[in-house]
Amino acid sequence: MAKKKTVQKKWPETWQELNPGCMVFAAGNAANYKTGSWKSQRPVWDNAKCIKCGICYIFCPEGCIQETKDGFYEANLDYCKGCGICAHECWPGAIVMREEEE
Amino acid sequence: MGKRVGMEVAIAAAEAVALCNIDVAAVYPITPQSHIAEHMADIIHDGRIDAEFITVESEHSAISALAGASAAGARAYTATSSQGLMLMHEILPIVSAMRLPICMANANRAVSGPLNIWNDHTDIMPQRDSGWICLFTENGQEAIDLSIMSFKIAEDPEVMLPCVVNIDGFQLTHMIEPLEFPSQAEVAKFLPPRKPFAQLHPDNPISMGCFAMPDTYTETVKAKEVALQGAKKVVIRVFSEWAKRFGRKYGVVETYRAKDAETLMLTMGSMGETAATAVDEMRKKGKKVGLVKLRLWRPFPVEEFKAAIAGCKTLVVMDRALSTGGAGGPVATDIKSILYGEKKKPRVLNVVAGLGGRDLTVGDFVNMFGLANKKKNEIFEFYGVRE
Repeated sequence: MAKKKTVQKKWPETWQELNPGCMVFAAGNAANYKTGSWKSQRPVWDNAKCIKCGICYIFCPEGCIQETKDGFYEANLDYCKGCGICAHECWPGAIVMREEEE
Repeated sequence: MGKRVGMEVAIAAAEAVALCNIDVAAVYPITPQSHIAEHMADIIHDGRIDAEFITVESEHSAISALAGASAAGARAYTATSSQGLMLMHEILPIVSAMRLPICMANANRAVSGPLNIWNDHTDIMPQRDSGWICLFTENGQEAIDLSIMSFKIAEDPEVMLPCVVNIDGFQLTHMIEPLEFPSQAEVAKFLPPRKPFAQLHPDNPISMGCFAMPDTYTETVKAKEVALQGAKKVVIRVFSEWAKRFGRKYGVVETYRAKDAETLMLTMGSMGETAATAVDEMRKKGKKVGLVKLRLWRPFPVEEFKAAIAGCKTLVVMDRALSTGGAGGPVATDIKSILYGEKKKPRVLNVVAGLGGRDLTVGDFVNMFGLANKKKNEIFEFYGVRE
């Protein structure tokens, strides 16, 4: 028997499908919505200048910067909106914003 | 049924809410609502009820604090007036969109400027599209009864919408009237504890007050409209339960000597009693006049309104606010819109009167009824403006 394929809807199609007050009962479902396509610039780290202070991780409003195994930092580009706050806050100047088309 | 007591209506409104087992009150004082704020604070401070009183720094904070409390499942109450209600404005449609059953008393007062603390309906009218259930009271007893009923209406699982009870400032809030309170036990039976549809809790994380893209926003507006329109039948149901338990009957639209009336006047709030006296005087002289009182302003009870005015030749709509630069008072504008598609409809005259506490006597209402004899009428006219 063929397995019935259920399509996960990105948003409700009709007003009747909305939860009262547009409440969302699935915790953490914002992760399904990849906001990375919004950006026009992406952060690029120069680890030679990075002092591993983690200020980029603290200031990232999207929470998409993570510490790597070797203690440096990188952004998850599926979610990074390219706001540039990490580059602005990075006082050793290890992060630069590069145009997406470059 | 409890005994009759003489009490100021603002204090009585707070006492009525104290019977409702509220969890949180956040009230910022403003004339003519201040006695509600002060008395609510007293009741909670004295430990007469088990509730939190949040001493907020503004009305914007009051309604915002209650949005959080209500989302966490609390029964939440506030009261305001005029500029305070205007300051709440930003949050009002958010509360209704989030389907939070917060209840509020509004001591109706003119909006500045010029600064005027007296009674009219210019404060509530700019909030009419906020998605709140909007009720009007005519006297102190109605303020008590509707304050208690508002929680039951708002929290009904079919409704889940906030509710504002309008109590005319000074005309009602500062009157000392003979009033009857139901007992705590009677109210507890009528109004069981709130059972929230969902609540914010760390053990079961959910999101409230979400974001909607252009793909979804229209559907959210439709859902809110259906919910608010659907609230009317719950209002009627709660009114009928109240009548059974406490003997006082309420209707979403009420009439007075309207049955064979050729000319009807429509009022909202405390002016209804003066208008009724004018009707009595004119009836004595054989004039076929009557009164229609709109108790439920939002959702607008279209069918009940049409039934109430069926058969009359002229309808005088008295607005206590003006849509400045528009087509008259907000109540008349709605009514004309409702009647536009009807084959048989009365001539509608719109009078804007009683602004900023300008007193209207029985004689003034007789004069306003007299406008029905005019051959030609304006889209609206001011009553009693000096020229």
